[in-house]
Amino acid sequence: MTLDKIVLAVRSAHASHTPLRIRGAGSKDFYGGLLAGDLLDVSGYRGITAYEPTELYMTARCGTPLSEIEAVLAEKGQMLAFEPPQFSGATAGGCVAAGLSGPRRQQAGAVRDFVLGVKLVDGSGQVLKFGGQVMKNVAGYDVSRLIAGSLGTLGVIAEVTLKVLPKPVAEQTLVFALDQTEALKKLNHWGGQPLPISASFWHQGQLWLRLSGAGAAVEAACRKLGGTSAVNSDQHWHSVREQAHPAFASDVLWRLALPSTAPCPGLDGLRAIEWGGALRWYAGEQAAIRGAAARLGGHAVLYRAPESLRCLEGAFAPLSPALLALHRRLKKAFDPKGILNPGRLYAEF
Amino acid sequence: MSSTEPVFQTDRSALARRLKTILPPHCLLIDEEDLRPYECDGLTAYRELPMAVCLPETEGQVIDVLRNCHQLGVPVVARGAGTGLSGGAMPHAQGVVLSLARFNKILRVDREARLAVVQPGVRNLAVSEAAAPFGLYYAPDPSSQIACTLGGNVAENSGGVHCLKYGLTVHNVLRIRVISIEGEVFEIGSEAPDAAGYDLLALLIGSEGMLGVVTEVTVKLVPKPELAQVVMASFDDVAKAGDAVAAIIAAGIIPAGLEMMDKPATAAVEPFVKAGYDLNAEAILLCESDGTPEEVAEEIARVTEVLNAAGASEIRVSQSEAERLRFWAGRKAAFPAVGRITPDYYCMDGTIPRKRLAEMLSAIAGMEIKYGLRCANVFHAGDGNLHPLIMYDASQPGNWERAEAFGAEILELSVALGGSITGEHGVGIEKINQMCSQYATPELEAFHRIKAAFDESGLLNPGKAVPSLHRCAEYGRMHVHHGDVKFPELERF
Ligand SMILES: Cc1cc2nc3c(=O)[nH]c(=O)nc-3n(C[C@H](O)[C@H](O)[C@H](O)COP(=O)(O)OP(=O)(O)OC[C@H]3O[C@@H](n4cnc5c(N)ncnc54)[C@H](O)[C@@H]3O)c2cc1C
Ligand SMILES: Cc1cc2nc3c(=O)[nH]c(=O)nc-3n(C[C@H](O)[C@H](O)[C@H](O)COP(=O)(O)OP(=O)(O)OC[C@H]3O[C@@H](n4cnc5c(N)ncnc54)[C@H](O)[C@@H]3O)c2cc1C
Repeated sequence: MTLDKIVLAVRSAHASHTPLRIRGAGSKDFYGGLLAGDLLDVSGYRGITAYEPTELYMTARCGTPLSEIEAVLAEKGQMLAFEPPQFSGATAGGCVAAGLSGPRRQQAGAVRDFVLGVKLVDGSGQVLKFGGQVMKNVAGYDVSRLIAGSLGTLGVIAEVTLKVLPKPVAEQTLVFALDQTEALKKLNHWGGQPLPISASFWHQGQLWLRLSGAGAAVEAACRKLGGTSAVNSDQHWHSVREQAHPAFASDVLWRLALPSTAPCPGLDGLRAIEWGGALRWYAGEQAAIRGAAARLGGHAVLYRAPESLRCLEGAFAPLSPALLALHRRLKKAFDPKGILNPGRLYAEF
Repeated sequence: MSSTEPVFQTDRSALARRLKTILPPHCLLIDEEDLRPYECDGLTAYRELPMAVCLPETEGQVIDVLRNCHQLGVPVVARGAGTGLSGGAMPHAQGVVLSLARFNKILRVDREARLAVVQPGVRNLAVSEAAAPFGLYYAPDPSSQIACTLGGNVAENSGGVHCLKYGLTVHNVLRIRVISIEGEVFEIGSEAPDAAGYDLLALLIGSEGMLGVVTEVTVKLVPKPELAQVVMASFDDVAKAGDAVAAIIAAGIIPAGLEMMDKPATAAVEPFVKAGYDLNAEAILLCESDGTPEEVAEEIARVTEVLNAAGASEIRVSQSEAERLRFWAGRKAAFPAVGRITPDYYCMDGTIPRKRLAEMLSAIAGMEIKYGLRCANVFHAGDGNLHPLIMYDASQPGNWERAEAFGAEILELSVALGGSITGEHGVGIEKINQMCSQYATPELEAFHRIKAAFDESGLLNPGKAVPSLHRCAEYGRMHVHHGDVKFPELERF
């Protein structure tokens, strides 16, 4: 597949006002609004086009599987620090478009924090290049980071440059028996100390804590924190990252992003707490969940659900009228005819 | 759409009358002598007097000023401390300067949640000072941190010595309150790790006051490392020093700071700060490690090994906090130190891929001869962000024009080498022509559409950051795509 093919597909859709649904590996078909439009499969546009380990960046075409990227990085002892899942062939473009990050997000940052540049095909079929391959670039508006999490509604990500980081020298996982309230308290307390905590996961009375860094620092932190040292910790974090852990097994799954110090809302169905307390997963139909999350200063995403429920609730928390109007104007700035992934982010555009 | 520069015709007395109805007398400056201190920011080569300076004290007043300017069609330039180095806060002759200097309160420091809520006029360093009792600090530390404000930092996406490891402003801000030119209030981001919808925080940070006026900022605070130590290494060749930087990264080390100074820069600062710099070295590297004592000891040992292998001619490790600060003092004071040995200097801000460093430095040496001006180089070596300091004398005819051309050539070479015309100081008015080198017409058009989505009337900081297509055509950098020329009616030269 070539870039020209993508450009031509978008141009002809633009000319005929035909909605397109952009798809990488389709590992995320369940996520967001319902799928609409003709399929634009970009998985064939693949390949790593640049990798400079000492400059800490990697450039890949959108269809490149994350597994390929991570294998190449691993050869040089490097990684995608936001730990995106490789679930069933996820691609670089889909990963950035979906904007979801894995367990290391609490320490390293989210997808958007690692996007240095994008090559984008906008809704009228123009190829636009924003950002670049250098760490610092403040020339013009930062469109590259805006694209992260935009679910393909602002353009087809043709190519993306990501900042990469060295893998930590040492890693250890500790396990503590704590209820949810104690776990949140501990996580926030530890978060304010210079400890090399790189991931946390609470489920059914057990808190898993991963420490990463220099060997001596990890050992010192282990001595200070106590807990029991985990066996099979790699397997554990892998199952969290890929959401294969039983905590995520539910037909209806809600993702709540909250201030890490927010108390647990008075709802049943708490399945897991990640990111130092800031990410909480709930199972089951919950009429009150959006309001509760908003009151606590966060938002709730209907992460996985049957179509009927997604239609009823919308996948993402509603925007204020002022913000919605702004979103529409931005959408129009990139996709004047609204042909790219309509309704995937919000029903209104 | 923005193919030409907008033209504004402001009725000065009508404007003054209107502003007097919404601001008390002590919040409004309209006499020329009162306006004078606002005529430029840190880039003093470009000056302009505004028609008025508004110094509101409440958010309601900010909204009123913006609404009224919108109604009257008057341009508005927001201003923090005015330390910007690209003329971003330079006034508009037909407009008002909206100073946020009186919004200087730290509203809340939350130890438990590790964040601070501050007004935009709060100085960068004041945030870390307020967080210090809790063992926390605000990581982005521009060298101007004693003076520059959080509002300015947000508008410029400022960075500092720590940003290789701890990120830029964009990585450390959780939420902002923004007022549009129409006076509408937007809450962008939250105290949660992400927010619903587009990542507007990423778009607004670094937007140089073009999209909205920031009235409140929530920043992330991070635990202060227990210990920091710095290694200072001398090199007899700048290329070797550049390779040493690459070798450190290749060894899997991300130092808390990694800075380089060339010989003219160390020669300028040493008499001033007495840091003990090796004056014979062609370049010195400062490499900081922070963390727990165990972590620092391990990292310093590894860095030292790498630097030795890379051919360092001398290596010193700070043995006390006082010594660490002394090692840094020279780097931190490099601008004022150069300012002492030359009547004027022009600070550039380009980013290049690190591996092109030697190439860039030798090109700069050539430009020194070509323009007959000296240049000292200090830079954030870890991320390839160069700050060449071009020395000139504004009182000599033609000197500034040569300095300006020298700077433009450095920026254009930065783009040609795969970098950017600005790593942290912004485009402002200064680098507006070089934007035509870095971006082609379709991207510039996209920027104008983004601007219009926030500020349709184009009244916020007009003429800055994103050039009109007309301007690029005049500058001779209009890119031609598929053979079709955008403005066939315009003359090209
Ligand atoms: C069970 C399961 C668990 C998961 N767990 C996690 C998790 O824990 N953390 C996490 O971060 N992710 C998770 N994911 C999501 C997924 O693995 C990643 O987000 C993945 O990177 C999506 O990539 P994809 O190529 O499969 O995208 P797709 O599913 O093909 O597309 C995802 C979105 O991106 C758009 N898109 C795709 N390619 C492009 C492009 N080139 N340009 C513009 N838009 C594009 C699509 O239109 C769609 O809106 C999970 C997925 C599944 C199925
Ligand atoms: C000696 C020296 C060293 C420096 N070192 C560094 C460095 O290491 N790293 C770095 O990044 N920069 C550095 N700078 C540049 C400068 O300090 C930063 O760009 C800083 O962020 C500007 O802040 P300020 O408050 O002075 O903003 P100003 O100069 O007043 O304004 C800068 C821009 O921000 C806009 N703005 C200001 N406040 C607001 C607001 N509330 N809402 C919307 N827009 C607003 C203005 O319109 C303007 O476009 C240095 C400057 C000096 C003089």
